[in-house]
Amino acid sequence: MQKKRDHLGFLSSLFAIFVGLLVGMVILLVSNPAQAFQGFFTILTGPVTHGLKGVGQVFYYATPIIMTGLSVGFAFKTGLFNIGAAGQFIIGAFAAIVVGIHGKALGSAQWIVALLAATIAGFLWGAIPGIFKACFNVNEVIACIMTNYIGMYLVNYLVSTNASLYDKIRNYSKDVAKTANIPGMGLDKLFEGSSINGGFLIALIAVAIIYVVLQKTTFGYELKAAGFNKDASKYAGMNEKRNIIVSMAIAGALSGLGGAMLYLAGSGKHIVIQDVLAAEGMNGISVALLGLSHPIGVLFAGLFIAYITAGGFYLQLLDFPTEIIDIITAVIIYFSAFSLFVRVFLLNLQKKRELTQKANEKTKEGGTAE
Amino acid sequence: MNTLYMVIQQAMFFTIPLLLVALGGMFSERSGIINIALEGIMIMGAFTGILFIHLTTGKLSGQLQLILAIVISVSTGIVFSLLHAFASINLKADQTISGTALNMFAPAFAIFVARRITGTQQIQFTNTFRIASVPVLGDIPVIGNMFFQNTYITTYLGFIILIVSIVVLFYTRFGLRLRSCGEHPQAADSVGINVYHMQYAGVIISGALAGLGGLVFVVPTSTNFNASVAGYGFLALAVLIFGQWHPVKIFGASVFFGLMKTIAATYSAIPVLSTSGIPSYVYKMVPYLATLAVLMFTSKNSQAPKAEGIPYDKGAR
Repeated sequence: MQKKRDHLGFLSSLFAIFVGLLVGMVILLVSNPAQAFQGFFTILTGPVTHGLKGVGQVFYYATPIIMTGLSVGFAFKTGLFNIGAAGQFIIGAFAAIVVGIHGKALGSAQWIVALLAATIAGFLWGAIPGIFKACFNVNEVIACIMTNYIGMYLVNYLVSTNASLYDKIRNYSKDVAKTANIPGMGLDKLFEGSSINGGFLIALIAVAIIYVVLQKTTFGYELKAAGFNKDASKYAGMNEKRNIIVSMAIAGALSGLGGAMLYLAGSGKHIVIQDVLAAEGMNGISVALLGLSHPIGVLFAGLFIAYITAGGFYLQLLDFPTEIIDIITAVIIYFSAFSLFVRVFLLNLQKKRELTQKANEKTKEGGTAE
Repeated sequence: MNTLYMVIQQAMFFTIPLLLVALGGMFSERSGIINIALEGIMIMGAFTGILFIHLTTGKLSGQLQLILAIVISVSTGIVFSLLHAFASINLKADQTISGTALNMFAPAFAIFVARRITGTQQIQFTNTFRIASVPVLGDIPVIGNMFFQNTYITTYLGFIILIVSIVVLFYTRFGLRLRSCGEHPQAADSVGINVYHMQYAGVIISGALAGLGGLVFVVPTSTNFNASVAGYGFLALAVLIFGQWHPVKIFGASVFFGLMKTIAATYSAIPVLSTSGIPSYVYKMVPYLATLAVLMFTSKNSQAPKAEGIPYDKGAR
């Protein structure tokens, strides 16, 4: 039964993607009929036509959103909606940058320390809405929205008032030390010319760890149980308050690590001082929904979103704004929001088919008996 | 004294959109539907309204143009919010996710269309709507300076909507029914109220007010629209909670938040604050920190509608 349901979930995700692409196609057609099909084709095949560099670029785009997707998905599995990934992401990035700029003495271990610092910072920042939820019964969505903005303004404040971190002329954070960048781990050689680095491998490891924790450990089972039914898990003797806080903190740690991966990628990314939330946080929600919150699903969903994002990048060669990709993603989310409905619809369809099959068999049997 | 007048006039520009959008959110949540899409609806409302002003510049100007833009923004907000209503009421989708989708859609759509039409992401507009001084009222000493000079008709519209909201929510049959749907929809249904209709009404009102709020936010504070309302939709959610889902308290909360935003935006022009050394980021953070604090202290007897966020299922027991 479980297998069957997963299968239907996968179908409803495909359905959402299909509708999203369809709407994208229609918008392209309306806005510029002459180039619409070429544009659509570019979205679908853009990265592949640029060889290994294009593929490497997809992995590079995918790395941070796999992490935020994993973060949101993990929280979903434990019954929490972590809309605070954007705040955790930037707090993690900030911690990474501080180590990246000030930790030159660490030498070749600098990037590892920077990643750890980001993970811890994200862990603590993510715990805040968890504590609010567990101790004060505050809805985590609202608490997360608040911590998103507080985190963003806090990082802007800390960066822009620290002369050692702030490049005043360009209005962004200073360059990190070379040793703070995540090494290529061979991937940069394999996908030459792209910005891919070892961060992608770390993201894969994170996917594997979250998978094992959720599916194979008592700890993960307890967290999930608290998500299914808080009262029942309490009745079964689990510490449901601790579980909520730990779930949010782990989710925060994943997002924070994602933030470090983006800003330590060595691709020239800096924390820009502007009053805008990190887009990777919101994209994490898309990735988690599309991947049905399952770690493996999140991995593929992240790659998919990164793929069409890279495709959208090549769309600039034609006369199209790249925002079409965001529109497609939004439509995909909208339709995956009522995946429940699609699932029930598919289930009914299946039941009907089974029933008619049975009815047919019966009439056949009836026929032979006569 | 002039500084005080300036601060109060500026504070109105920040307060009124917060008030409108938070009131919109109130109607939706009171009917039982969480509307996290306020930010997206604001963007869509501001987008069509400003686009209208941009396209009709030269042909129209002044208050007539603004009123037509208001009508367009409100209609856009209603249409856009219907997507949320359909997903969360008819299809019983997760309301937070549906709202998130709309929030992602709006800025992307606004930028896409703006670039197709005007070639750039930003839409410029000429502001011909400012009222330097309201006749007669603007000449009143002190009060005239504070509330009737350097103002917009939208400010007064905001106050009218506040009063109408109070009356509708607490003194009409519709308001009572709407509230009952947010508290206990099964009970409401059992006495013959159509819960789905009420929830549609709640979401539509929130769409109308959020669409209007988007336009009202952009017109006095900018001369171009860049597919963003600077997180005001989310701030309005904070106002809604800070105001505990009650229109009068929402007004108080929006004045407080509006004042904080004003100080953050203009503090360098205020002598007392610019020498105090407190960075503007502190004022930017205060509304969110204050909301967290309020959440912490009121969670035991929160006034949040009991049934909000739960899709209404007729057959549920």
